[in-house]
Amino acid sequence: MTASGSARIGEYVTEHLTYLSNKPQTSLINFTVINYDTVFFSVLLAVLFAGSFYWVARRMASGTASAPRGFQSFVELVVEWVDGQVKDIFHGTNPLIAPLALTLFCWVFLFNFMDLLPVDLLPGIAHTIGLPHLKVVPSNDLNCVFGLSLPVFFLTLYYSIKVKGARGFLAELTLQPFTSKNVFVQALFVPINFLLESVTHLARPLSLALRLFGNMFAGEMIFVLLALLTLVHGYPMLGTLSGWGLAIMQLVLTFAWGVFHLLIITLQAFIFMVLTVVYLSMAHERH
Amino acid sequence: MHINLTLLVQMLAFAALVWFTMKFVWPMILGPMQERERRIAQGLAAADKGEEELKQARVGAEAILREARERAGVILDQAQHSANEIIEQARVAATQEGQRLLVAAQQQIELDAARAREQLRQQVGEIAVAAAAKLLEREIDPRAHAALLEEFAAQI
Repeated sequence: MTASGSARIGEYVTEHLTYLSNKPQTSLINFTVINYDTVFFSVLLAVLFAGSFYWVARRMASGTASAPRGFQSFVELVVEWVDGQVKDIFHGTNPLIAPLALTLFCWVFLFNFMDLLPVDLLPGIAHTIGLPHLKVVPSNDLNCVFGLSLPVFFLTLYYSIKVKGARGFLAELTLQPFTSKNVFVQALFVPINFLLESVTHLARPLSLALRLFGNMFAGEMIFVLLALLTLVHGYPMLGTLSGWGLAIMQLVLTFAWGVFHLLIITLQAFIFMVLTVVYLSMAHERH
Repeated sequence: MHINLTLLVQMLAFAALVWFTMKFVWPMILGPMQERERRIAQGLAAADKGEEELKQARVGAEAILREARERAGVILDQAQHSANEIIEQARVAATQEGQRLLVAAQQQIELDAARAREQLRQQVGEIAVAAAAKLLEREIDPRAHAALLEEFAAQI
């Protein structure tokens, strides 16, 4: 591999890691920067989800569709499945939980599904219309995954305080897991308990977001690396036997990874949904 | 991997999407689904009920049919019986009528015979008187000999 080849590889990979933003970001946190690509695709997918489901919902509510068929059957299947999942985990009566779970599952699945589009398809189109970068998988952006997990975290805090009261929630944070009948020993346990419980609570949005992000980042990175098999050589390589070998290898491996990834993206959407419902269910439980 | 304004935008979009789903999508899908489930359950129950009713109706119809058949048999028997009775009565009446006619005929015959005998007796009396008159060569005064003649006639 030549020096220019490795430079091209670096350039290619960097390009796939760079967002289409209003200006380059140098510090870790900078709220004057915005990633247009993440916002564009997540809103597009939100409209796709909400629009298609709303279309079915309106037809069902107006009574024009009596027997379910086609897309309506699919929507009903998803809704019923999510409803079952939520009922299995969450035993209260909160009208927010199930719609929240449905939204999370569908939206995250659509985010992840963008990963299955050929890795250079949309960025390539973007290049031809003059956009320098384009990242098409919203769940591949920390802003996006935290944009999901932080509201979930706030909701758990809100419901914890609403259901248990501020005092009850504080007690939950400070009086367990270590307990003692002796008041002084218990007082000693309070800071330790608070530390442990805080970590438990703070770890949830972090793990929720990073699990999804990690899976999607790795998934896309593998597609990018597989694309590198033929990228460095370009079309002239098809004149050689080893070139054909590489091309076929890329084809087979990309297909295999795509099939495997299909499982991962569904599983990650499912895990995100289930854990959210579990956390909210815990917020509703009194000890 | 940076945190920026996108985070806030994503949170807002998420909140809006959840609100929309909760308000317009979830209840409008699950509501009709549950309604349809209820209607299907009702329909199935109604079908079961209808089948049960049909079975009962069939049993009832069979009972009615059996009863009707039995009644028809009874009526037939009765009809047969009364027909026999009527025939028997007719036969008895005919026999009696025949007997009566026979008796009347016999009485008539006896009456006719008696009348004929009476006539015959009278004629014989007259003939005897006439014969006697011829024998005596003179006329017998019927008035004078009336008692004798009647006694004579009664002897014949």
